[in-house]
Amino acid sequence: MRVVVALKQIPDLVEELELASGGTDVDREFLKFVLNEFDDQALEEALCLKESAGGEVTVVAFDEPDADRTLYTALAKGADRAVKLVGVGEGWLSGHRRAGLLASFLGNAAFDLVLTGVQAADDLDGQLPALLGARAGLPHVSVVVRVELDGPRAKVSQELGGGTVAEEEVQLPAVLGIQTARQAPRYVSISRYREIQQAGGIEEVEIQSSADEPDTYRLRRLFPPDTAGHAEMLTGTPAEVAERIAELIRSKGLVKS
Amino acid sequence: MSNDVLVLAEHQEGRLLETSFELLGKARELADAWGGKVVAVLLGAPDAAAELSAADSVVSCEHPSLAGYNPEAYERALVEILRERDPRLVLFSTTTAGLDLSGAVSVHLRAALVSYVVALSAEGDNALATARIYGGKLLAEVELSGPRSVGAVISGSFPAAFGRAGGTPEVARVDLGHVLGDLRITVTSVVAPEAGDVDITAAELLVSVGRGIGSKDNIELVEELADALGAPLAASRPVVDQGWLPKSRQVGKSGHTVKPKVYLMLGISGAPEHLEGMADAELVIACNTDPAAPVFDVADYGTTLDLFDIADELTRAVKA
Ligand SMILES: Cc1cc2nc3c(=O)[nH]c(=O)nc-3n(C[C@H](O)[C@H](O)[C@H](O)COP(=O)(O)OP(=O)(O)OC[C@H]3O[C@@H](n4cnc5c(N)ncnc54)[C@H](O)[C@@H]3O)c2cc1C
Repeated sequence: MRVVVALKQIPDLVEELELASGGTDVDREFLKFVLNEFDDQALEEALCLKESAGGEVTVVAFDEPDADRTLYTALAKGADRAVKLVGVGEGWLSGHRRAGLLASFLGNAAFDLVLTGVQAADDLDGQLPALLGARAGLPHVSVVVRVELDGPRAKVSQELGGGTVAEEEVQLPAVLGIQTARQAPRYVSISRYREIQQAGGIEEVEIQSSADEPDTYRLRRLFPPDTAGHAEMLTGTPAEVAERIAELIRSKGLVKS
Repeated sequence: MSNDVLVLAEHQEGRLLETSFELLGKARELADAWGGKVVAVLLGAPDAAAELSAADSVVSCEHPSLAGYNPEAYERALVEILRERDPRLVLFSTTTAGLDLSGAVSVHLRAALVSYVVALSAEGDNALATARIYGGKLLAEVELSGPRSVGAVISGSFPAAFGRAGGTPEVARVDLGHVLGDLRITVTSVVAPEAGDVDITAAELLVSVGRGIGSKDNIELVEELADALGAPLAASRPVVDQGWLPKSRQVGKSGHTVKPKVYLMLGISGAPEHLEGMADAELVIACNTDPAAPVFDVADYGTTLDLFDIADELTRAVKA
């Protein structure tokens, strides 16, 4: 079983998101970038599949901030190949463009299954699983919480909302958008990471920029939400704030004083 | 190109989803502004057509593969209908079907796509969409000027009432059997969620804990608070995914929808998928150490103090 996992770097949302001049992108130079958490789930599911059914896991990322760290981490966790797609240029890469470029990479790759995260926080023009599936002409299923291999098919569990799950059989090759892996993503030790990093092993692949994306939308600006609807902030010591919260709860008649 | 706005009317076993009405109401407003019609697409639930009274017409299609939701059957049927109707705007919700279909449809029709939409208006001949990205930390304003666009709308963004306005839509039944053969995806079963130990949807007060809790061991600390308050413990999805609390405690899009009088949030960032499940809570109090956390845009009261200090002191305060 040959599994390709598409990984994407996004800004760490715990930090303040500074905008770049122009106001249509975040400041990529100064922000900390991390792997999209759902892609991490996709990687974990791919590694679990490899462990249970054998095969090879290839991780692929674009040349985005701190992509090397993510690729080395994936190798350290057990991925067999790490590919960095270069030559695309800097800045936010639209979902359509990303899907087009990945489809052309897949056109030259041998694979049975592509896994990627169900969504990413910057998917302004759509989520990769469906965009890539449609671009590559492959069946695709999103919001997947379990993958099992069964010969030329994958058995997948797709969450439909509110906890309802559909069990589906999908003919391979296919693209799956992973919501949650069967187990929490594994960690790697720093020593293992260093060992892998020193060995190198990221393959760089020059990728042709496809110009045929339907970019008929124009991003005017990014801006932080209006603070008008903002919460009233409670200040003071923890004891004082807690007392205020207790009062608020009591005011709804919910706790006896 | 037409000036029509087309909506996928989603249903679960024939019961239309609330989001379908939210989309229909917005579609009505936009179609009126552009001088077009509202078209609702209903796959596999012909009896629900009459409820789509805010639409001018309903395209209804029945086929064994459309009896339940099948991503591939839906995609093929929709693409066929869209090629025929050629609307200028297609609206989905960011449900599972929306995540499967909005991107695929945009690729097949070479239409522009905006996802995570929270506001949408007509601006002359164009559409202006506002999308909530980066987990709610930023909004993006996007202009859609092409002849074909697709929007995927976050649930709860538009009032459903406008989508229930009455009329008698003309219903067109279409046979799409010719595109629904040889599917590569088959649905073998649909499993409803198991009932849990407690019913968080019935609680008037909920203590809800997020990834900020850090580890399973720390759950005890908030459990103590919840016990002192006589409230069940609820959670965001990552807490459930890690196995720190059972699935029956999850609030949000893929969990429960709750409407407590007070919703106390500890270490939850306020992602749209979580907010979907608690939008109708009466009083929301959020504790999050990040002053820019989107949760403060929806909470009534907030504190940036550490959740462990707050849990501790609040337990003491209610026990006193
Ligand atoms: C299809 C789909 C369905 C989904 N369904 C759901 C759903 O049903 N429910 C759901 O919740 N999510 C759902 N999600 C996931 C959602 O996108 C978010 O990932 C999730 O809600 C984030 O959970 P969180 O706020 O607990 O974690 P995070 O976003 O990681 O936030 C943790 C917060 O804790 C704060 N914090 C850290 N330490 C402390 C401290 N000591 N004191 C106080 N604050 C602290 C941080 O500042 C941060 O804001 C879904 C996603 C998808 C794609």
